[in-house]
Order: sequence, then C-alpha cells, then structure tokens
Amino acid sequence: MSIELINLCYVAAAALFIFGLKQLGSPATAVRGNTLSSLGMFIAIAVTLFNKNILPWEWIIGATLIGGIVGAVVAQKVEMTSMPEMVALFNGSGGVASLMVGWAALYNIDNSTFTNITILLSIIIGGMTFSGSILAWGKLSEVMTSAAVVFGAQRIVNALILIGMVACAVLFCMEPAVNSPYLYAVIGLALLFGVMAVLPIGGADMPVVISLLNSYSGLAACAAGFAINNNILIVAGSMVGAAGIILTNIMCKAMNRSLANVLFSGFGAAKQATKVEGEVKPITADDAFLILEAAQSVSFVPGYGMAVAQAQHVVRELGELLEKNGAEVTYAIHPVAGRMPGHMNVLLAEANVPYDQLVEMEDINPRIDNVDVAVVIGANDVVNPAARNDENSPIYGMPIINVDQARTVFVLKRSMASGFSGVDNPLFFGDNTRMLFGDAKQSIASVVAEFKG
Amino acid sequence: MEAVFLALVLMLSIFLGFELISKVPATLHTPLMSGANAISGITIVGALIAAGDGSDPLATYLGAAAVMFAAINVVGGYLVTNRMLSMFKKKDTEQPGGQA
Repeated sequence: MSIELINLCYVAAAALFIFGLKQLGSPATAVRGNTLSSLGMFIAIAVTLFNKNILPWEWIIGATLIGGIVGAVVAQKVEMTSMPEMVALFNGSGGVASLMVGWAALYNIDNSTFTNITILLSIIIGGMTFSGSILAWGKLSEVMTSAAVVFGAQRIVNALILIGMVACAVLFCMEPAVNSPYLYAVIGLALLFGVMAVLPIGGADMPVVISLLNSYSGLAACAAGFAINNNILIVAGSMVGAAGIILTNIMCKAMNRSLANVLFSGFGAAKQATKVEGEVKPITADDAFLILEAAQSVSFVPGYGMAVAQAQHVVRELGELLEKNGAEVTYAIHPVAGRMPGHMNVLLAEANVPYDQLVEMEDINPRIDNVDVAVVIGANDVVNPAARNDENSPIYGMPIINVDQARTVFVLKRSMASGFSGVDNPLFFGDNTRMLFGDAKQSIASVVAEFKG
Repeated sequence: MEAVFLALVLMLSIFLGFELISKVPATLHTPLMSGANAISGITIVGALIAAGDGSDPLATYLGAAAVMFAAINVVGGYLVTNRMLSMFKKKDTEQPGGQA
C-alpha cells in the first residue's frame, strides 16, 4: 500500500473519531459513538501494518497480545468505584508509550532540529504524564497518603527542575545522539517533574488532576505525531488534549478555583473558616422513614462517601420505593462529587438508576425549595452553605447544591468528623437538617426495610 | 512546509475537539474520559512506525514496549467505555426493580 493510500485511510479514521465523539453527546447514542471510534482505531492500526518500515511481525504480535489481554482483563474486572484509579493507570500507560515512541524515533538518522524538538516534547510530556499518573494512582488507591504534600521550597525546586530540563533539552538539540547523556537527563527530569507536579495536590482535587493528565496523554501523542510526521496522531492526540482541558476547566469552575491555585497550593492553607457552633439534630431510621413516606419530592445528593460505603444499589432501591409511593425522585450530582468527572453518574447508572433521573447542579438549584427531602449521602463540601455565606471559608464562592434550601435535609454521616477539606459545615446545624448517623449503606437499608415492612 | 501543514492540522483539530467535547453532558464525563484514553492509544500507530524496520535492536525493544502500552490503552479503553455506556439506560427500558 502506498503512503498516500495509508494517509487517506487515516483521514477516514479521523472522521470516525470525530463522529464517535459527537455521538457521545447523548447517552442514547453514546454506545454507537464508542463503536464508531473503535472502528476508526481499527482502520488506523490495520492500514499502518501495510507500511513497509514497521516493527518485525513477531514483535508486533507479541506486544499487541500482551497489551490487549492486560487491557481486556482490566476493563472487565474493574469495579466502577475504582474507575478513577483505572483511568489514572491508563493515562500513565499512554504517557509512557509516547515517551518510548519519541525515544525510538531518535534512532532515525536524518532528523531535523525541529523533529528533535518535537521528539523531546513527546518524551517530556509522556514522561511527566507517566510518573504523574502513577502518583495519582497511588493517591487514589490510598497506597500512599492522599493528602497534599507541601514543603517550603517546593516552587523553587520545581522551577529548578524545569530550568534543568530545558537546559538539557537545548544541549541535546545542539548535539543529538541516542546515547547522549542529556537525553537520559531529560527523561529523568521529566519523570521527576511529573511526581513533583502531582505531589502538592490533595485528594479532593483529584478530578482536576485526572482530567489534566488525560489531556497530557493526548498532547504527548500529538507531539509524537509531529516527531514522526503522522497526521492521525496529531488529530486524535489533540482531540484527547482538548477533552482533558475542557474537563479540567469544568472541574476548576465547579470548585471556584483557578488551575494555578489547584496545581501550586495545597488546599485551605490560607484562610480559617468562621467556626460554626450549634446543635445537631439526630434522627432515627424510623423517623426518617415517616418523613420520606410523606414526601412528594425527594432528591438524593451523592458524594464520594456513597462510593466508599458501596451504597448506590440500596439508594436506587429506596428511590424506586419512593417512586412507587408517588414521590418524584431525582439524583442531584455536583460536578466534582467523587474522585473524577462524572464518577457518581456511572455508579448510579451501574445500580440501574435511569439516566433521566440524574440531574446537574444548575438544574436542581432553581427548584430546590420545592424539594421535600434532600438526602445527602457521603457528600460534604459540595453542599456546604459556607461556600455561599462565609467569606472566610476556604471554599467561599464555590458553587454548591443548595440543599439547605430544601424543606428538609437528611445528612447521612458516619460521625461528626469534618469533610475532606477539613471545613466545618454549617449545614449540619441548620433548623431543617436531620442527621442520620451510621454507615450510609446500613442507614438506607433500614429505611428500605421500613418501607417493605 | 510539512511542519506548517501539520500545525494547521493541529490547530483545526483542537478547535473541533473543543466544539465536540463541550457538548458532552456531565453524566457522560467518566465514559468520555475513558473513551479519550482509548483514542490516545493512537500512539500505537506511532509505535509501529517509529522504530523503523528493526535494524536497530534497541529501537525495536522501545517500539515493541510502546506497542504493548498503547495496546493496553486501546483495548482496555474501548472495552471499559463500552461497559460503562451500556449501563446508562432510559427509564422505559429499565428492568423491573431488583428485590434484594
């Protein structure tokens, strides 16, 4: 097959990626969109095999088999609650692949300086993505502390790493060679920089980091595309880059913080929130049942705690019982609830909640005062009214789901500890708030039992 | 000239990407991410080509390792996205509620 024909097929593959992403615009067409996109990938890979200058066949078959089997097993086995960890690892594997593509491209003898620069970019972005993602995985899976790690000279150290990396890159470009010590220095510094970049980011900010690393893995592919003059890598890579940047932006907006603020400062260090004091009003499952039974409209507000307690199935069961009882049931989902964008939606969809009941923050807030009972399950910061009222609160200005304006609020909580960011939540002391202490899954299950009994 | 042309491709695809992806609803953000992950596995095409014809063993090892990692992305990414998306059901098609 001639190079022209191969490139023409790449255009078709790019078109399929575009259609695939377009159909992701609605849950009804999304499955087909994913299939189209995978068809595009199949075409792109298949026609590349007709190129004469590719890896020896035995290597291709062996590597594809190993990678494919690992990918397939992970995809089938992964729990929906651990989706953030899996996406982090996949980002990392995309990053390291781009690093290696760049590295391998250095073995071509007649590279121009421009090509060498793009090769280095692909190595640097790929390396950062790889080590950053592994660290993000460590934080998400709690192999290591998920809290922000901040130390005094952090910015200076990071700046030095960055300067060192650029200097080595320049020195490499002046005298490019595959065994240049500057190449190894660039690779090492890129890996180090990825670690340093994710270190100061705390658990609650993980949605931002995952989105950003997602974007980097695309940009790395894009740089690799420039390194080997391949248009499909550039098209597909930049789309992934755009997707990641958009998600990053949405996450930052939903926390009312700038990207720079998320990346460079540990959370909540600067301000001390006004201490809230008051009396919490606990409630038993029996009383909760009586109130829910009389409710016309119920909205569940899930957070990461729901995933931890694995409460999504029993929540759906309660939702169905309430519907049979004549109530209107919705699930109000804050953009940063959970550890990655859309995390709660996937958990609830897995539990068979129909997607038309999943509503966004902007949709529920205008009608929240018509909601009889808002049930907060394992969410804290995203329903904290201090974000609206208390200028001293570290989360002041962050858009929240205004559950405190619902007629009654149930907060399911293990104990009176504060949420992830360590912010006191005046919601717990509200007049219309009732605290249902205990394990979220058990609490809901006992309400469900009341309904059935 | 080649570089300029590729830069044009880059610019257009970034704009197109922004247009397409900003229309994806929040409900589908996780599948969008894993789907994007799968697409970033396009590096596999680069991995096949970059190492050349295998005349240098080191380049071959790097290329093969890159093919392996990118294959994880492609296969795992598409399968897990498909698995997730199949969970999203509309109310009408929902099966009668499970009794636990």
